[in-house]
Amino acid sequence: MSLALILGLAFWLGAWATNALVARHPFGRTPAGRIFVPVLFGITLLVLWEALVRAFAVPTVILPAPSAIAGKFAESTGLLWADFVQTVLKGALSGFVIGTGAAFLAAVACDRVPFLRDGLLPVGNFVAALPIVGLAPILVMWFGFGWQSKAAVVVAMVFFPMLINVVAGLGSAERMQRDLMATWGASYWQALWKLRLPAAMPFVFNGLKIAASLALIGAIVAEYFGSPVVGMGFRISTAVGVLNIELVWAEIAVAALAGSAFYGLIALAEKAVTFWHPSQRT
Amino acid sequence: MKDTGHADQPVIEAKGLNLVFQTADGPVQALKDVNLTIGAGEFVSFIGPSGCGKTTFLRAIAALETPTSGTLTVNGMSPDEARRKRAYGYVFQAAGLYPWRTISGNIRLPLEIMGFDRKAQEERVQRVLELVELKGFGKKFPWQLSGGMQQRASIARALAFDADILLMDEPFGALDEIVRDRLNEEVLKLWARTGKTIGFVTHSIPEAVYLSTKIVVMSPRPGRITDVIDSPLPQDRPLDIRDSREFIEIAHRVREGLRAGHHDE
Repeated sequence: MSLALILGLAFWLGAWATNALVARHPFGRTPAGRIFVPVLFGITLLVLWEALVRAFAVPTVILPAPSAIAGKFAESTGLLWADFVQTVLKGALSGFVIGTGAAFLAAVACDRVPFLRDGLLPVGNFVAALPIVGLAPILVMWFGFGWQSKAAVVVAMVFFPMLINVVAGLGSAERMQRDLMATWGASYWQALWKLRLPAAMPFVFNGLKIAASLALIGAIVAEYFGSPVVGMGFRISTAVGVLNIELVWAEIAVAALAGSAFYGLIALAEKAVTFWHPSQRT
Repeated sequence: MKDTGHADQPVIEAKGLNLVFQTADGPVQALKDVNLTIGAGEFVSFIGPSGCGKTTFLRAIAALETPTSGTLTVNGMSPDEARRKRAYGYVFQAAGLYPWRTISGNIRLPLEIMGFDRKAQEERVQRVLELVELKGFGKKFPWQLSGGMQQRASIARALAFDADILLMDEPFGALDEIVRDRLNEEVLKLWARTGKTIGFVTHSIPEAVYLSTKIVVMSPRPGRITDVIDSPLPQDRPLDIRDSREFIEIAHRVREGLRAGHHDE
């Protein structure tokens, strides 16, 4: 048994014991304690990973050690930042905003005009069923190699999940609450603004959360089908080709961080907006 | 007794009213040949077993259901015109408060929709909060209050815009007996203070007799009126009036009416 493995296992057992202690201690129920336990668990996984890779001399191509990935990350921050801007900020985010915004407006239109609901939902369903690997090359041909074609792929991916969520949300106000609006002589837009949109918010945020993860996937994968020489998807596909596996993992780390931050921001906004919903009340 | 001198100018008038629901199992006659006149300032209870059309009738007055035939007028207008003129406040069985708004915000909602200015909104909210004894709870959210308090808030909301007619559909049906007694007393006081015309759906005989100047007994399949009782009880009604001979006699007649409705099915 190598030293690395022994140290790794020792750290694991130590951390396990610490977490078990903390979880039983009053500190475990404070906000800091609630963060401490999962963070220590995450660190433990990284330490074990490092120890296993070292102990069994796993080839870098199969699995690089976290320290090697971190080293690569630190020395290529400029490159990773440029890729992040290109793929996440330009491709994913703009596509996300356009796609979910358009879906939201389309949902209100569907709600107002039943004819549209019967016509648009099947079309949305159809677009959602198209495989992204088929759609992406075509959109790249239409909109060019730049981030615009990636945004277009993201729009196509997020539109439908957002649309059905908002349509369902607009229908979620209780009958009695809608009757109340009627007894007050409220107009369609008053009822929409003061009742049905607030009632729809839990659904809207569900849609946004689903769309957030789809947006990141869409923007990265779309770059496989043509992109300028920058972008996370481009970097991953070329780095794999030259066996620069640490860089691939560094990009994966960026994607994971960006995705978590994106999702976390939406979850925070959800907490603030739908504080009244039973699932959010504390 | 409450001033019923305006009975010659009915607030609500139904003549030969029929209402048929088309359901998956075929048509259901919810109301059959309903004739009723309600004068200004009356307190009218509708009582009967479920399916007798009492709620449907109240909803028809509020233009939430459309009669199939016959005439129904509210203040001389069609129910829908009256609805758009904001002629009535409606209280449902559940409070139906919007959970994202505070109690004050909920009461303010109809005022916002009807375009009251901000100052008038604030004054009215404060006034009705006092009226239903919820002063100091304006900043709470509905889910932070008990069921009885929520229902009082929903009554305050229906009172805020000062419509002449108050329609209440089993407003206390989901509350326990003790809370119910207290709220019944409060509703009577409120009625005495405001002089509103009140339509009140219930399936509790004591509640109907205790509250009303007029009791409408209904029976099901098809929903119809079997008896209309004008209450001889005085306007001032302490809770223990329910032990008086008159009260028991009226309650007896209501019970007889309900039983008769069941026999000729």
